Amino acid sequence: MTKKAPYIVPIGPIHPALKEPVHIELTVVGEEVISAEFTPGQTHRGIEWMGLSRNPVQIIHLTDRICGICGVTHSLAFARAVEQIADIAVPERADYIRTIIAEFERIQSHLLWAGVAAHELGFDTLFYLTWRVREEVMDVIECITGNRVSYDIIQIGGVRRDIAEVCTEQIRKCLDNYKGLFGKLKELFLEDTVINSRCKGIGILSFEDAMAYSTVGPTARASGCIADLRVDYPYAAYGDLNLKPIVPTVYGHDVNGDTYDRIVVRIFEIAQSIEIIEECLTNLPTGPILWEEKVAKILAACKKTEGEAVGRHEAPRGECLHYVAMDKADAPIAWKVKASSYSNLHVWPLILKGAQLADIPIIVASIDPCISCTDRVAVTDVGAGKTKIFTKEELTKMSYEKTRRMQK
Amino acid sequence: MKLTTSFNRSLWVFHFNSGSCNGCDIEIVASLTPRYDPERFGVKLVGSPRHADVLLVTGPVTNQMVDRLQRIYAQMPEPKIVMVVGTCAQSGGVFSTSYNLAGPVDQIISVDVYVPGCAPRPEAIIQGVVTAIAKFERLHGSAKQ
Repeated sequence: MTKKAPYIVPIGPIHPALKEPVHIELTVVGEEVISAEFTPGQTHRGIEWMGLSRNPVQIIHLTDRICGICGVTHSLAFARAVEQIADIAVPERADYIRTIIAEFERIQSHLLWAGVAAHELGFDTLFYLTWRVREEVMDVIECITGNRVSYDIIQIGGVRRDIAEVCTEQIRKCLDNYKGLFGKLKELFLEDTVINSRCKGIGILSFEDAMAYSTVGPTARASGCIADLRVDYPYAAYGDLNLKPIVPTVYGHDVNGDTYDRIVVRIFEIAQSIEIIEECLTNLPTGPILWEEKVAKILAACKKTEGEAVGRHEAPRGECLHYVAMDKADAPIAWKVKASSYSNLHVWPLILKGAQLADIPIIVASIDPCISCTDRVAVTDVGAGKTKIFTKEELTKMSYEKTRRMQK
Repeated sequence: MKLTTSFNRSLWVFHFNSGSCNGCDIEIVASLTPRYDPERFGVKLVGSPRHADVLLVTGPVTNQMVDRLQRIYAQMPEPKIVMVVGTCAQSGGVFSTSYNLAGPVDQIISVDVYVPGCAPRPEAIIQGVVTAIAKFERLHGSAKQ
């Protein structure tokens, strides 16, 4: 037998298997992946830099467009940071509306992911079914916010729009419908032979690795980490609710940390979100929805203040963190976004190692990557005309330093 | 604008994400799903630009994607139509002041159909495809004469 050198398969940035531009390089021997490397950075738009020349109310429109799937996530995290600096008290009703929107976003994001996962397995019937079901939640989101994606509903100190009576009826109808559908979704995704045989035991992320790589959200919970920001660090209306982080044991089997477990966590989180929305809707307090209706007054309050704060939110993909520093000026003097996918992408080389080539799409998709959220790593030095892509080690080091700075 | 009677082409679409926020991309996929279902007219997404009639571009075109956009445009067979979806693909939108943008799209390749909105609804995207079909019909008609 002749000895063959490892073969390198470049994938992306534009590739039929990818929905977003990212470059992945796989070294393979036969069907087996020996090592994997990835290069994000193709969708870097310099959002943080642009934010430094805009005021907080303008930045809200920018944060909504960091990512089209988790629009409310970034806006909520940013607004919470600014509210802490400027000492703005959010009315109770606004907190509940924020929670309702955030949970609807989780439902649509998880359904979207479930559809994409089915598509990656070649199970297109299920993909179309999930996306048809998803249209109902999109209708409700449109009814509440006036937009299907990029909702623009968060404002510093509250929300822009109240939940109208007509929406309440539609929300209840949608939730009842989903409760009826949940059993079917569970059966299709968790009991199907194809999904069972393709997802069980592949892309395994052990509990130790999940902790070492600081993964967040469903990716971490599927490996057995009991961590959920809504429970550990309650904000908005989550403090009033009785929540438990969803781990694969809810389905009555051991934690394996494989792709199948990630499906289990997300499917059960849809059910959890339905319960949260129902409870919030029943207990929806009356009162104002904004700390201050006049935008000029909000801006004046932001301009007077100085200090720094961290706003956090449990996005559909995990913890999203915004660090903001203000210093008696219109625009913040520092703004840093740490999207949830950023923490999760680093496990790709780990979980792809040893996988079969054909399993790559589903393993890559299983952590629900969002590239447009993440691309903040390419740094261009315009003066020198050079682009420097930071290595993971450099970034981790910088990240540690930043954490240390923020703790002081 | 009306469709001509000779619906002799099923448009195949190649989707190119040039640094978009995902909002438009999701709406494009949503417009292919059962509620709207343009696939019954033969309109579908394909995996290779060499099979495509329409290049559908989203996003404000970051510097890293310029070369890729030009190469993919060059790989498509004639006649071809470029359709841009979303405000940032047309003008840069909220990202217009960024240092890393080479776009909007019409600064790099010629564009035939614009679908405005942030993000446009699936109906608007399908309307854009209908406009593209009308343009193909016109091209086809002038070639015959």
